[in-house]
Amino acid sequence: MRSGTSSGMTSGDLAPSAGPAAWRSLLRAAHAGRAESRRLLLSVLLGWGAVLAGGGLLIASGYLISRAAQRPEILALSVVIVLVRGLAIARAVSRYGERLASHDAALRLLGRLRATFYRRLAPLVPGDLGGPRSGDLLSRFVGDVDVLQDLYLRALAPPVVAALTIAATTIAAWLLLPAAVPALIACMLVAAVAVPALAASLAASSGRRQAHARAALTTEIVETIDGAAELAVAGRGDERVARLHAADGDLASLARRDALAAGTATTLGSLCAGLAVITVLLAGIPAVDSGALAGVLLAALAFLALAAFEGVSPLPAAARRLRACAEAAYRLDALVDREPTVRDPAVALQLPCAGDLVLEDVHLRYGPDQPWVLDGIDLRLAPGRRIALLGPSGSGKSTIAHLLVRFRDPDAGRVSIGGAGVAELAQDDVRRAVVLAEQDAHLFNTSIRENIMLARRDASEQDLWRALEAAGIAHWARALPDGLETLVGEDGGLVSGGQRQRIALARALLADARFLVLDEPTAHLDEVTAQQVIHDILTRTGDRGVLVITHSDIALDQYDEVLELRAGRITRR
Amino acid sequence: MTRTDRRLLRETRAGRTQLLLTAGLGLATAAIVVAQAALLARLITGAAVHHQTLARLSGPLAALACVIAVRALLGGAFEVSGRIGATRVMSELRGRLAEHLLIRSPVPREGERTGELAAAVVQGVDSLEAYFAGYLPQLVLAAAVPLAVLIWVVPLDPVAGGVLALSIPILIVFMILIGKGAQAQARSRWRALALLSGHFLDVVRGLQTLRAHRREAAQADTIKQIGDRYRAETMGTLRIAFLSALVLELCAMIGTAFVAATIGIQLDGGHLTLLAGLTVLLLCPELYGPLRAVGQQFHASADGLAAAERILSVLDEPATLSGPATLGGPATLDEPATLAMPASQRSRPRQPADPATAALRFEAVSFSYPDREELVLDGFGLVLKPGCVTALIGRSGAGKSTVAALALRLIDPTAGRITCGAVDLRELHPDEWRRQVAWIPQRARLFAGTIAENIALGAPNAGRGAILAAASEAGLGELLAELRDGLDTPVGDGGRRLSAGQAQRIALGRAFLRDARLVVLDEPTAHLDAESAAAVGGAIERLAVGRTTLLIAHDTKLVAHADRIVEMEDGRAVARDPRRAMAAAA
Repeated sequence: MRSGTSSGMTSGDLAPSAGPAAWRSLLRAAHAGRAESRRLLLSVLLGWGAVLAGGGLLIASGYLISRAAQRPEILALSVVIVLVRGLAIARAVSRYGERLASHDAALRLLGRLRATFYRRLAPLVPGDLGGPRSGDLLSRFVGDVDVLQDLYLRALAPPVVAALTIAATTIAAWLLLPAAVPALIACMLVAAVAVPALAASLAASSGRRQAHARAALTTEIVETIDGAAELAVAGRGDERVARLHAADGDLASLARRDALAAGTATTLGSLCAGLAVITVLLAGIPAVDSGALAGVLLAALAFLALAAFEGVSPLPAAARRLRACAEAAYRLDALVDREPTVRDPAVALQLPCAGDLVLEDVHLRYGPDQPWVLDGIDLRLAPGRRIALLGPSGSGKSTIAHLLVRFRDPDAGRVSIGGAGVAELAQDDVRRAVVLAEQDAHLFNTSIRENIMLARRDASEQDLWRALEAAGIAHWARALPDGLETLVGEDGGLVSGGQRQRIALARALLADARFLVLDEPTAHLDEVTAQQVIHDILTRTGDRGVLVITHSDIALDQYDEVLELRAGRITRR
Repeated sequence: MTRTDRRLLRETRAGRTQLLLTAGLGLATAAIVVAQAALLARLITGAAVHHQTLARLSGPLAALACVIAVRALLGGAFEVSGRIGATRVMSELRGRLAEHLLIRSPVPREGERTGELAAAVVQGVDSLEAYFAGYLPQLVLAAAVPLAVLIWVVPLDPVAGGVLALSIPILIVFMILIGKGAQAQARSRWRALALLSGHFLDVVRGLQTLRAHRREAAQADTIKQIGDRYRAETMGTLRIAFLSALVLELCAMIGTAFVAATIGIQLDGGHLTLLAGLTVLLLCPELYGPLRAVGQQFHASADGLAAAERILSVLDEPATLSGPATLGGPATLDEPATLAMPASQRSRPRQPADPATAALRFEAVSFSYPDREELVLDGFGLVLKPGCVTALIGRSGAGKSTVAALALRLIDPTAGRITCGAVDLRELHPDEWRRQVAWIPQRARLFAGTIAENIALGAPNAGRGAILAAASEAGLGELLAELRDGLDTPVGDGGRRLSAGQAQRIALGRAFLRDARLVVLDEPTAHLDAESAAAVGGAIERLAVGRTTLLIAHDTKLVAHADRIVEMEDGRAVARDPRRAMAAAA
């Protein structure tokens, strides 16, 4: 039942339409760029400079050889020759400068965007995201933030450069031959506005059309990859190959149509550029004939029309990029643009220095018309006491754990520490008093030491090893060639499920909390090890109150109290 | 071109077609480029030097319009053919991958990063478009256009032609010289970016854990600091990496400027006509353009190649199934020598192999995965007596799941043999053997479809009544009663989420419906809570009646019902009395 990857990808394809809400989200996201406005401006100006120098080089060369054909004094040409060389160097240097400035700005922006969206996301985790799909949501969150880094340099800067180029071209053409201006500008505007708009809307509609076929194909592929062995045993291998082929064919026929549409947009774009040259010639040739344009300048005018489109050609790509950015901004806003339901009180009470962790008549359900998951829960955890909470999976045990550290609030009833309701305390104080080792605690892609020290930065070496002993991995950690400096890999991928669990356990044990809530601490361990770990936890946690949430009935005789959660209520065993 | 490029273009039929098509379009474009420059020069000189009127120039003007239209069409054709080519190549790769995974090498891929492979397979086509519609056309143009330009320019103006011809090798040498260093730097830059993105994803995924330990605020600053540090480092390398682009740009620009000056001076001296001079000048940017564009497209194409490479790397894995009965894929040709059977044995008329009446024997079976050295099984022997439950216990990594895969014929032994009655399993077509076999893995996979379709996975023609009976045998009665649509409830991707226990019961239902002679259970209750495990255990007992059962388990309760317990260690069956071992563990 590993459908996580597939569902994440299919829903990623179903992009929302870039409606007004998406553009509003984009505007909000664009605020991050204000702090870098000087760098952004610099890169736009350098980009413009490169286009101007490139155009200038062509125009000046055109003039140079037309003039040379009249066989003037060689000295008269040397000024233009120097100008041509200067422009050539200016063009290369400004392009280099633009690349550096734009990459610097993009990296700075990305850092800002990440920090900004991280700050907006943090208070919503886990209570307001919830659900089994939150892993996919978070991956998409990271992907969407990455998409937004392109907003300024690849989506917004090209239109600015294009506008500046059109302005410069207009002036140059006006100086050379005013009669050539209207047609030239018309061609440029079509290439700068209509063609990119067409390209972007074609890309969006092809995305929409293909979404369904892509989702179908994705399902087929993920099932084939994950379930190949089961399909083979069931004798469905050949049939699956045929089905995949059919799904592939559906997508391919849609892709062919969309390719044709995209090719049309490309053709239109270069037709505009070609048409500009023709119109300039249509205006220029009679003007030379009538004497309104000097013959030597006709080449310059034609080169101007050719060169001007360099500034316009990135626009279709920019329009597509802009659309992608708007969609990413919209998805990000949909995720993070809400008030967290768990908030710090305006004036927080002092954390009481003693007392029990108490749930009183707590009710909770996941939605207004859903059944009660917790239907009148009372639970008291005193310092030094060991309680086991049993119950089948899905009975709401982890939800109780979340209530105790105030990851969410109950719909009715009260959670308190030493008599002070957790809603009246600062969240940091609640989690200072109660530490939770989650069922699927995350291991960060760093060393074992860093992962454990997360709980207490100032822990001594002695404290650290004591926690490792209690979690039952001190022996294992000592035997590692790199000891505690061993890297755990992406998402803890380099350590086994059992070791991962125990690293998270050591982390919770190291935290200096009065109450420990351990959610399934022995889930991936074999029976013998599990018993040993439970024994160590219960004997080495001293005067701390410990609540162990579990679905197995291992070592139940070692607890002070064994509770069972069933149908939303707690019974004593 | 890298190795993957060449493989893509040579080994896929669609890739070869695409290469030919792109080459044809490239040559046509090169000719059109030269024609456009010549016509434009003709028009300008006609008006500026010979004072010809619009009416007299209407012929060349119409020709220019045609050339421009054809050039625009060719540009569109590049895009269309590139995109379609990318789709075709991807389709071909996907088809081959499916065949490899389902027929040649259907090993259970637990624990491998299947999500990443799926992403490469599905989304790879987008990045492959950048390769086929972007990089490949530029590569062809970079070869064809300069050649066409030189062929036209040298007779017109040998001096400028010489300058251009000289500048190309210089340009290419610089491209290679600086490109080599820049590539390493660019790679380190991409690595830094990937690292940053990975770090951010890591932090975001671990937000709940960070909050549980009150570290979420501190981490916001860390994100910024790490970002700043990497930016500083990256900009340092970029300053040098972009130098290659600067040199290329300088070469092209100064080349143009130099040619313009050369032409100017020759014109001034009367050694050249304006027509020739203008044509050469117009062709200058056309010559350098594709050369510069190749470099820019290179990075964009790298992603597409990475996706293709991921798929090719799976296709390169040797098949795990061998022997005469597999479908005639290429891998079956190089059948290992150890598998070769005497011809007499092969041609002998086949005995029916029925595991319900004849024992399944593992005879000195060894197995190692094709790309790995160590033996997973090392001279393993086991007899599954018909109608009995044989339990296989042992630490993880002892080779238990490999035994299951061998019994299912998902893999074939590297040495030794497995027989049912008098028949070596390799003599049978895998499907023929698997028809009698049912498998309940650790985590049963649900496929998109209804519950009924999922139960009928191994017996697609089963009637409704039979499916319902199998479902209730498997203990699904309670679940079906709860569901409004009963058997027709959609499950799997996009359907109702079932718990691990319910999924296992559906797998049991598959086994009941199939009425298999041999049932292979691979830790069927490992991921279930006590209550579900007990329910699944009950259904397993019912299933085992009258069938030969291989049960791999940790769970003492499950193993208690076995007729025989075998313990495995390091790929062998160990002789120690396993019942006592289990008793000691409990």
